[in-house]
Amino acid sequence: MGCCGVRGENACYAPGSAALWVKEQEDGTRELHLMVPGIHCAACISTIEKGLRELEGLEEARVNFTLRQVRARWRDETFDPDAILRKLDELGYAARPFDPAEAGFAADDREGRELLKALAVAGFAAANVMMFSISVWAGADPVTRDFFHWISAAIALPAIAWAGRPFFRSAWRALSRARMNMDVPISLAVLTAAMMSLYQTATHQQHAYFDAAVSLLFFLLIGRYLDHRMRARARSAVSQLMTLSATGATVLDEEGRRRFLPMEALKRGMRVFVAAGERIPVDGIVEEGRSDVDVSLITGESNPEPVEPGRKVYAGAMNLTGPLVIRLTAHGEDTFLSEVIRLMSAAEQGRSAYVRIADRLAGLYAPVVHVLAGATLLGWLFWTGFNWPVSLLHAIAVLIITCPCALGLAVPAVQVVAAGVLFRNGIMVKDGAALERMAEVDTVIFDKTGTLTLGRPQLMDTGPVSTQALAIAAGLARASTHPLSRALVEGVETRGIIPEPVQDVREHPGQGLSGRWRGREVRLGSRSFCNVPETMPESDLPQIALAVEGRQPVLFTFADTLRPDAAETIRRLKAAGLKVEMISGDREGPVRAVARELGIEVWRSGWTPQQKLAYVEGLGKAGARVLMVGDGINDAPALAAGHASMAPSTASDIGRTAADMVFLGQSLSAVWLAREVALRGRQLMTQNFALSLVYNALAVPVAIFGYATPLFAAIAMSASSIVVVGNALRLGFIDRRLRRGFSLEGGMDKADCERERGRKAA
Amino acid sequence: MSVLVFLIPIALTLSLIGLGAFIWSLRSGQFDDLDGEALRILDDDDDRPLKD
Repeated sequence: MGCCGVRGENACYAPGSAALWVKEQEDGTRELHLMVPGIHCAACISTIEKGLRELEGLEEARVNFTLRQVRARWRDETFDPDAILRKLDELGYAARPFDPAEAGFAADDREGRELLKALAVAGFAAANVMMFSISVWAGADPVTRDFFHWISAAIALPAIAWAGRPFFRSAWRALSRARMNMDVPISLAVLTAAMMSLYQTATHQQHAYFDAAVSLLFFLLIGRYLDHRMRARARSAVSQLMTLSATGATVLDEEGRRRFLPMEALKRGMRVFVAAGERIPVDGIVEEGRSDVDVSLITGESNPEPVEPGRKVYAGAMNLTGPLVIRLTAHGEDTFLSEVIRLMSAAEQGRSAYVRIADRLAGLYAPVVHVLAGATLLGWLFWTGFNWPVSLLHAIAVLIITCPCALGLAVPAVQVVAAGVLFRNGIMVKDGAALERMAEVDTVIFDKTGTLTLGRPQLMDTGPVSTQALAIAAGLARASTHPLSRALVEGVETRGIIPEPVQDVREHPGQGLSGRWRGREVRLGSRSFCNVPETMPESDLPQIALAVEGRQPVLFTFADTLRPDAAETIRRLKAAGLKVEMISGDREGPVRAVARELGIEVWRSGWTPQQKLAYVEGLGKAGARVLMVGDGINDAPALAAGHASMAPSTASDIGRTAADMVFLGQSLSAVWLAREVALRGRQLMTQNFALSLVYNALAVPVAIFGYATPLFAAIAMSASSIVVVGNALRLGFIDRRLRRGFSLEGGMDKADCERERGRKAA
Repeated sequence: MSVLVFLIPIALTLSLIGLGAFIWSLRSGQFDDLDGEALRILDDDDDRPLKD
């Protein structure tokens, strides 16, 4: 995983910017929240906390391992918050300050705590009321029974009123929009059970269902809390990836001083400085400097483009070889990015029309239950000669017994386990509905650059080129950070060739490198820079030339590296009967090469974001359920339009925002894993629904004929809930055999963690 | 049955104390980083947060 930003090359923060995120507390202390995605193991916690403890003036530094965050507090006004970032950098951790309120963690956390508190109160009430209920069932005399019922009422009623609020609120929201969800029958059952039990208690009757009402709430709140925790963790992980790329730009003023400004403070006409290796933050025209930019995230084009003064560049492109000064032309509404966002939000509307399985079922379930309860009431009224209390009692018993306790757990329990399995395999699910949609997919469309491939060139078979030429080229290329240079050095070294020493190496941004080898001038770079004659054949693939004074120039050809497991994943998807296609913004040659290698028959090249979007929408209208897998800014609208979508963690911010799921690591097997888990999850959900139906089929007649005593209700409801949750847990067993057959083992262990840290520190 | 006069208040008080303790631990942030606490225990050094 890249440490920060897109593909790991971005500077994580600009010096002096940390002060923008410092929050002053009421008690006079200052607080800074940092995202540190590099926290992977126990050693990381102590390294960071001990390292920060050395800083003069810092009072508290605390790592939150679950959310991969660090919170620092200090009192001293003169303390420089940038020192924290520098220290973390020194320790080998990339960090970025953030505003917890803005990132949604603060609000989120409050929701989680509310649920936990409600859960605790419901648990307290359930345990105590059950204690009294058991005494009553064991055979208490009428006076003691009434006494116990009153105490139960005193505990249960406030607990229901308080702990039931999440359900009441959600049910009310649904009803006020004339919709139906599971919370409507839940709320109705809990409230009527409480009311009827109160009436029973007041009239000295035998049956009170206080225990059923509170334990129902307790079970459902467990499901609700687990669901919330899983989503909060995945969201936090996704937004960490998202916000790590700097949200600002380094601006040059008239005197040439550099200043880091947040995005909001940027204005048209400002001059923005972009160092080599940084991502271009705004749309603009190059004013000074020459360089090569990697536009693969914007257009899908895998070959870096040379730029020179006067050229237009777009936000999101990576500046590779030389520093650039850009005059900001578009900002806010009229950037390329905002056009993509507009397309994306239009495309998303189709997806919001999707109705969750549980809600669809609630739409069927609730009317059936309510009709049954009504029929029971009428039946008993006729049978008993309009004895209202008895008839109502039996009707409400039907409501209680059919209350979708098991149904309410059937979906969240499976989703929590499924999301947990995927999370351990490096796949983050942003939304529970995404898993349901994933299971329905019948067509998979891949983007090429950065999705099927790593967006990293690799030196191809060199053919007739001499070993010496390779050694000279590598000697020159060592001095450059251009991706093709790096690929050349890597390729030469893996062939066991030692690079030749080259003197006086100079980089000519946008053209190439020059130097002296054994007194002769050598050049490495574009065809024109090396004076390659027209007669040498051109290639669709990226090439660089080497010219040695007095010799014929030679060409090196590169191809993009496929993601590990790409071929195996495609093979399995096809074997499972899915249609696999590829749409790319890249030129035809590289796209055809990848398609041939992976055995993808249907592919398109040179497509704009609009064309991609139109294609995916068109397939959707024709009835196909499309899974879109892509990473670029140009894929974002198509990702939003797909029935389900996935993006690698190296994707553009907007790509990750648009996708339902984000996968870490390089292996493309994540696509297959996600589908497997989604299918298995759907299977278990169906089983759970079936189990709930069986339970209802057995219990409802008992209730209709008036035999549903509180004891029967308590046992039946608990048993059905436990069966459903137990069944959902079986999904966890899939974990071990999921990755079988793929080359890459998942997860990052401690050794990996230390290696990565060492590399970063170096 | 007069023993109930004592037993019921005692039982309720005890469980209320438990509930109170849980809500206190929740408020003081002990549930904020469940995975982290599991790892901190493995560290042999004194690993308290930096505080004077």
